[in-house]
Amino acid sequence: MTWQDGWWPYAFIAIAGWLATDIWRWLGVVAGNKLRDDSEALNWVRAVATALVAAVIAKLVLYPTGVLEQSPLWLRTGSVALGAVAFFLFGRKPAIGIATAIAGLASGLWLLGF
Amino acid sequence: MNREEDEQSSLAWFGKGMRGIFSLPAFILMLSFVGFCSLTAQAGIPVQQVVFMTGIVWALPAKVILVGSMMSGANLAAAFLAVSLSSVRLMPMVAALVPELRTSRTPTWLLLFLSHFIAITAWVFAMEKVPKVPRGRRAAFFAGFGITLVATNMLLVAVVYHFVADFPPIVAGCLFFLTPVYFLASIWHSARHPVVYVALLFGLAGGPLFYWLFPEFDILIAGLVGGTLAWLVERLWRQRKEVGA
Repeated sequence: MTWQDGWWPYAFIAIAGWLATDIWRWLGVVAGNKLRDDSEALNWVRAVATALVAAVIAKLVLYPTGVLEQSPLWLRTGSVALGAVAFFLFGRKPAIGIATAIAGLASGLWLLGF
Repeated sequence: MNREEDEQSSLAWFGKGMRGIFSLPAFILMLSFVGFCSLTAQAGIPVQQVVFMTGIVWALPAKVILVGSMMSGANLAAAFLAVSLSSVRLMPMVAALVPELRTSRTPTWLLLFLSHFIAITAWVFAMEKVPKVPRGRRAAFFAGFGITLVATNMLLVAVVYHFVADFPPIVAGCLFFLTPVYFLASIWHSARHPVVYVALLFGLAGGPLFYWLFPEFDILIAGLVGGTLAWLVERLWRQRKEVGA
C-alpha cells in the first residue's frame, strides 16, 4: 500500500495537517481569553502577529516558488513599490494598490517573454 | 452603532457574515485556491484528499508545506514538525482576534470551534470588519463568514481541480503574486492601532534578514523580534508624545 491509497493519507493529513495547525489556534484562544482588549499585552501580541504575517509577505515576494522563481527580483520588488505608490496616491484603496502591482508584474513578465 | 442594528438577531448577523464571500479578500483567496489546485494536481494528490485538507487544515501556507512533505515522502513526525513550525504564527493571530470577538458570556468551546476558521485571509477580514459589528453579534458574524469561506473553497477545489490544465505562465505568476500584495494592502488599510504600521515595516525587513541568519525558524524569529521591537518603538513614541502634550 502506498500513501496514495486507503485511509492512511487521510490519517497523515489529519495528524500532520489538522492537529499541527489547530493546536496553535486552540492555544491562541486560551491566551487570547486572558487578554483585555485595551491592554498593553494585547498591543504586543498584535505587533508580533502583524510582524509574522509581514515576514511571510516578504518571503513570498523575495523567494517565490513556481513560475516567479525565474523572474528577476527587481521586477517583483518594483511591482510592489509601484502598487504602494498608487495605493498612497489614490486614497489608500486596497483594490487600486493590488491592481497596479499585478498590472506591473504582468507587463514585466510579458516584456521579458514569459 | 444605532439601536436598531444592535437589535438584529444573531441569525441576521450570521447572514451578513456569509455575504462576506462577495468581497475582495474572499475573491483573492479563491484565486489563490485555484493556484493551490494546480499545485496539487501537478503533485498527483487525489482530489478527495485535497478537498479533505482544505476543510481540515484550512491555512494555505500550512497546506503548501504539507503537500511538499507528502511529495517528498517525509515521515509523519517530520511533516508534523514542519507544519507545526509554519503554524505557530496562528497562535498570536488568534490571541489578537479573540478579545475582539468575545463578550464576557461567550463560551470557550465556541471560540475553540471558531478558531478553526482563522487563517490569514479570515484574520485580516475579521480584524477590519468586526469592530463595526455590535459586540454581542461578532461571534455570529465571524461564524457566518468563516464557515461560508471554508465551505465555498472546498467546493471550488472539488470542481476546479478537474479543469486546471497548465496555466499560461503569466497567469500562474500573477495568481501567486496576488496573495502577498493583497495581504500588504489590506493590513495597511485596516490597521486601527499605530503599532500595526511599525510592526508591518519591521516584519517586512525581518523576514529576509532572519531567513539569511536562521533559515529554519525565520518567520517565527522575525515575528517575535520584529514585533517586540515595533511594540517598544511605538510605546516609546507614544510615551514621548504624552509627556510632550
